[in-house]
Amino acid sequence: MDWDWNFVREILPTLIQGVKITILATLLGSVLAAIVGLAIALARRSPNRAVSRSVGFLAEFIRGTPLLVQLYFIFYVLPDFGILLPPLVAGVIGLGLHYGTYTAEVYRAGIDNVPRGQWEAAKACNLSAGQTWTHIIIPQAIPPMIPALANYFIAMFKETPLLSAITVLELMNQAKSVANTYYRYIEPMTLVGAFFLVISLFSVVLLRWLEHRYGKIER
Amino acid sequence: MTQWSGYLGLILQGALVTIELTLMGSVLALIMAFLAGIGRLSRFFVLRALATAYIEFFRGTSIFVQLFWVYFVLPLAGISLTPLQAGVLALGLNVGAYAAEVVRGAIQSIGREQYEACIALNLGRWQGMRHVILPQALLVMLPTFGNNAIELLKATSVVSLISLADLTFQAQVVRSQTGNTLMPFTTILVIYFVLALIISWGVRSLERRMARGLDGVRV
Repeated sequence: MDWDWNFVREILPTLIQGVKITILATLLGSVLAAIVGLAIALARRSPNRAVSRSVGFLAEFIRGTPLLVQLYFIFYVLPDFGILLPPLVAGVIGLGLHYGTYTAEVYRAGIDNVPRGQWEAAKACNLSAGQTWTHIIIPQAIPPMIPALANYFIAMFKETPLLSAITVLELMNQAKSVANTYYRYIEPMTLVGAFFLVISLFSVVLLRWLEHRYGKIER
Repeated sequence: MTQWSGYLGLILQGALVTIELTLMGSVLALIMAFLAGIGRLSRFFVLRALATAYIEFFRGTSIFVQLFWVYFVLPLAGISLTPLQAGVLALGLNVGAYAAEVVRGAIQSIGREQYEACIALNLGRWQGMRHVILPQALLVMLPTFGNNAIELLKATSVVSLISLADLTFQAQVVRSQTGNTLMPFTTILVIYFVLALIISWGVRSLERRMARGLDGVRV
């Protein structure tokens, strides 16, 4: 079995269709994960024990079970309760929820890393809780989180092929359908692998830069 | 509802396959982690380059893509694998790449004075590694290895897509035979979570056992 460049040229437009969906799912999933993560992190800091405990357990549960099964759950079980989601929406929700439990830990660490003195100084300056968060804590907590968050978004990008299992027509699914139509696996599968590899090699460079730029703040 | 016990048996058979995959994958991952992790710290450029290429390649593409590549493309090169072999190979190599970075980080986290003490005691490079560095580094690696093992457990769900009858696959079988979605998927989510809990509990107790007698040594 050898590599056929003509076949590659033939299937490339189909694969690019898939790339668009892959990127769209990653972007939407990242936004959702950033929001869900913040919500979980804040809920876990809640003074109400019932809220913080149950959210903590839920996050633990989502982190301990496979993304693929969660996607199946969202896509196949929710319709029984009258919630019928298009595949892409179900996929984005799955990605966002799953990775939200990871980003929650990043937020938690970022907030915990703001020194106690800052909270005390805010209190001494008579700032309200809202002002303390928006003007003191968040501006200091966010920059060190950026590399870690980016790391999870890249991880999410690599997990998007799982969406093909719930019939989202992203890159992997396009590759599979091309492979099944022509019964040639070597080119589509290798191209998919190469695509992810190239993107993630670039993202390593991006991460290094982000770490250099935001990793440390002057105290 | 009366037939549910029969379907439960099917799902438990799947659980056995999942456990088997997790164990065999972990063994392969552990071997690859130490080979590549120590390889990255080697004096020889070739070994370092090989280890780095392995790690970047397997961390750069997702387990799903690797699994499909192993299962569909390798047979074209004359290497035909059963689904179980392909699954163990892809899981072990993938998680091994992540764990290799853990091994490297743990070895590098051991203080300089330990290396100097090895030289002072006239230990060879290998002797120092075997008797002084690794026993200490192992304890640093252990918690992250636990997380990696849980990631591996979660990744096993992907093998259902190459028709290996693991938990996720059996849940799909039950779904297509009964039309009931909630029961099978909830059951396997709980089973995955319990397995993850068992892994983290096992690693914690292993850590306690290994830390015994090191109280004064660790800083």
